[in-house]
Amino acid sequence: MNSVESKTPQNEPLVEIKNLTASYNHDIVLSGVNLTIQPNDFIGLIGPNGGGKTTLLKIILGLMKPKAGSVRVLGEAPEIGRSHIGYVPQFAIYDSDFPINVRDVVRMGRLNQKKLFKPYTDEDDAIVSERLAWMDILDLQDRALRELSGGQRQRVYIARALATEPDILLLDEPTTSVDVDAQSKIYALLREINHRGVAILLISHDLNVISSYVKTIGCLNQRLFYHSQKEVTAEMLEASYGCPVELIAHGLPHRVLAEHERRHQ
Amino acid sequence: MREILSYSFMQNALLAGVLVSFACGIIGTLVVLKKMVFISGGVAHTAYGGVGLAFYFGFSPVLGAVAFSMIASFLMGTIQRQTRQRQDTLIGVMWAMGMAVGILFADMTPGYKADLMSYLFGSILAVTTADLILMLIVDIIVIALIALFYKELQASAFDETFARVRNLPVDLLYIILIALIGLVVVMLMRVVGLIMIIALLTVPAAIGSLFLIHMKHIMWLATGLSLIFTTSGLLLSYFFNLTSGATIILVAGFAYLLALLIHRFCKPCQA
Repeated sequence: MNSVESKTPQNEPLVEIKNLTASYNHDIVLSGVNLTIQPNDFIGLIGPNGGGKTTLLKIILGLMKPKAGSVRVLGEAPEIGRSHIGYVPQFAIYDSDFPINVRDVVRMGRLNQKKLFKPYTDEDDAIVSERLAWMDILDLQDRALRELSGGQRQRVYIARALATEPDILLLDEPTTSVDVDAQSKIYALLREINHRGVAILLISHDLNVISSYVKTIGCLNQRLFYHSQKEVTAEMLEASYGCPVELIAHGLPHRVLAEHERRHQ
Repeated sequence: MREILSYSFMQNALLAGVLVSFACGIIGTLVVLKKMVFISGGVAHTAYGGVGLAFYFGFSPVLGAVAFSMIASFLMGTIQRQTRQRQDTLIGVMWAMGMAVGILFADMTPGYKADLMSYLFGSILAVTTADLILMLIVDIIVIALIALFYKELQASAFDETFARVRNLPVDLLYIILIALIGLVVVMLMRVVGLIMIIALLTVPAAIGSLFLIHMKHIMWLATGLSLIFTTSGLLLSYFFNLTSGATIILVAGFAYLLALLIHRFCKPCQA
């Protein structure tokens, strides 16, 4: 139980998106998107607000239908395959006053159709405790969620997603409204999760924060620029943001990312 | 005190207070946590259309109210879930239209109509044995369904998107909940009247959710508070010769204000 067992045969992609087009009414939000997520991937997708990042996640989760193209999650339709996805929604959507404690939130990750009319088991409790420990919040388990800081809460939501025993974790802007120290902590924990064998796809509008933790980066602004590489080229950024790199990358163009890579090698 | 209890209408009234408190505490908690206060108010007021219709055609007002509140529940529930824009406007319009239908049919009904008022403002002292049996049935339905779907209802109240991704039947759960709200509305109609239902449904749960963090505990506390409000309101109205429904609501309202003050100024009480 110490590692998440992969339920998939080797080499089968976890998510396979081909030629995806998506639109709201008549506004095209995504077009010609191809993306394959393999086991052990840790992908960061950046892009401007309104660039289709959340739409892409919704489509992978089967919450929205694509206009064209195909989406398979572990070889199945998203509505079925999503049971293998641990989803961490955008922070801001939660009701911050909801009366509930940390453990009960994480335990919701154990729910599924088979659980209807059945109580939680000892195994559920063991998994919940373990995931709380992974996210370093076991000591907070009896606390009210509404008393916690933004960073602590985000770790609760990640623990809940992990309690589903996912093959892949999907995070929507995981560090919005979280202070810088808490951000590093969250990304460091995500890297550990990835080492345990859970693939991760996270989206963010902030290149700086994710660049030091993810394995590969893509840029999304209606079209996806992703080549399974860590390098973000000026061309990718310009193409996706449609403006000069220095302005949007906070003075952190591609060469700095490349330097970072070297330091680790 | 013994004298009060010797009246059979008072016994019925007190028993009605006990019976509505369970449904009120349990459903009220979900209404508050799922932020369905407005829609519940809409369902309650629309039910008056059914009462007016029943008066005009001469069938049971309770039946009319059940029919209207069920239809209103499903319509408003659908509007809230499917329409992206102006859902509060649509619910507000239905709310008023339901009342208007009730008033017009009441106007067209010949004869003495004072009884219509009792559906608007409540008449817990006029509760009959048949009403009590209806209340008991609603309680049993409420408790059974909520116990059955407790985990899933909590999860979908907290974060419906996550619940949907886990393939929980969130739409079915929503329909069950809104239908239960419709039933509880009719049940509370006898006690505090359609106009004031919203307070009795939400105040006990709102107080509970200020101080407690387990949904089950909030439901129990809300049930207890609701029992205290109906009983003390009823006794106050008896001794001071006041309208019972309004007295119950004022007791609840003042208790809520007091709870807000305590919550604001007593740091250790906050959870």
